[in-house]
Amino acid sequence: MSAESTPEATRTSKTAPSRSASPTDASIAFEDVTYSVHSTPPDARNATVLANTPGHVADAVTGDREHAGLRVLVRNIALTIATGETVVLLGRSGSGKTTLLRLINRMLEPSSGRVLVNGRSTIDWNPFALRRSIGYVIQEAGLFPHFTVAENIALVPQLEKWEASRITTRVTELLQLVGLGGGDFAARYPRQLSGGQRQRVGVARALAADPPILLMDEPFGALDPVTRAELQREFAALAKRLAKTIVFVTHDLREALLLATRIVLLQDGRIVACDTPDRFLKLKHDEVCAFTESLGEHIPHNTRRSAAEFDGDEAFEMGGPA
Amino acid sequence: MNTYTFFTTHGSEILSTTLEHLELVLIAMAIAVAVAIPLAIFIVHRPTLRTVAMGIASVFQTIPSLALFGFLIPVPFIGGIGKRTAVVALVLYALLPILRNTYVGLTGIDPAVLEAATAMGMTPQQVMWRVRLPLARAVILAGIRTATVITIGVATIAAAIGAGGLGTFIFRGVAMVSDAVILAGAIPAALLALAADGLLAALERRLRVS
Repeated sequence: MSAESTPEATRTSKTAPSRSASPTDASIAFEDVTYSVHSTPPDARNATVLANTPGHVADAVTGDREHAGLRVLVRNIALTIATGETVVLLGRSGSGKTTLLRLINRMLEPSSGRVLVNGRSTIDWNPFALRRSIGYVIQEAGLFPHFTVAENIALVPQLEKWEASRITTRVTELLQLVGLGGGDFAARYPRQLSGGQRQRVGVARALAADPPILLMDEPFGALDPVTRAELQREFAALAKRLAKTIVFVTHDLREALLLATRIVLLQDGRIVACDTPDRFLKLKHDEVCAFTESLGEHIPHNTRRSAAEFDGDEAFEMGGPA
Repeated sequence: MNTYTFFTTHGSEILSTTLEHLELVLIAMAIAVAVAIPLAIFIVHRPTLRTVAMGIASVFQTIPSLALFGFLIPVPFIGGIGKRTAVVALVLYALLPILRNTYVGLTGIDPAVLEAATAMGMTPQQVMWRVRLPLARAVILAGIRTATVITIGVATIAAAIGAGGLGTFIFRGVAMVSDAVILAGAIPAALLALAADGLLAALERRLRVS
């Protein structure tokens, strides 16, 4: 992925100046956040009938995750992510990684506690303005099948009512950035692309309005191993250069080691470990060991990135879409 | 009188009756589309209303068409003898296929696409107009196609309540025990249905997004 040519060009005209508190602030903080949903789990369906009869106390509790039809997906999360960090949320399926991610752009609202973005609770943000200032990449990319690649990438700038010429410039720039510069990619439809190309477009689309924060939900999970490794390496380099605040969800420790400045391990909706990649590997927690053992005999030293390599004060080249 | 000579001697009458039939169908379809599509959009996020609307539309579909025309005659304002009553009945018939297909089209979209749309900061209205509707258009059109073919057929019965159309020949032919006269109504009706089906199917193929 080649150099991002002129980030300044995208910042010249004014769009919604009131959006972010400070252009360089792109921090995220979870303050004792719990998220739960009312649910009738399959095994509790029969119990519901009982629960509705008078005198019977609702009791669908299995373990400590369910209380009377209330399923807690993440519990008492306290986590501060500084501007420019790449935090990887690691965990098994159902550990609450995606829930945490969706709490950041207010796709979900905390049941208790607060999630702060740029020091402001997500509840106080206009949800649409908040989401437009946060890039979002998901597995299978979720590209709009009826839009061309260019139209897909142009979506957020269009929602933000950029001028047409500025959008065209930006789309070209982004296609270059994600390695799709040559050829006629802009005019193609998603179905005419390979899985890897689609995911590149997904990344370009998320970066379109130059958001200070990037959320990524297993973006490379559905790719074949070779393409995945290729995209991981390129994205690691890109992430370093862009210096955005990135929250990345994965269940792949290798991927976490490659990308993270900090790894947050989740288990059953709780944070069980949170450390730099180097120190993370030395932790003795059972779940950490489960993950390190999943790597097999040799830990890939070449993929490790030391915490010192990341400099929080490095030029923050972004300024948000404002 | 054989069929061929009836067609040649009554050519202009058959043509004008066919046009009358087509007019009936087009008016009914225009109203049905104008009611069913907005209704489907409205019920996408309203489960209770959805059950009610789909239920009512299904009930109309189950009433035998001749009976529906009959039921409407005594109804004030929309009833009586003639075209207006016929159009009302045809609209009621055409509602369900359009409503059902529009609903299915709007809700059958890849969840990843909808999640991306919301996460990009689209408002629910923008998701509806820029994502759901464009992606559902082929399915919606398939519903319109089904409804049009049904309406062309059912509209022949409208002649029973004095609304004219190709049913006039059919009823007259039945009374006269004349195959030629029945076919003068049935053949153009069948051709209309085939033409409408073919035309809308071609349009549907063009709109389909894979």
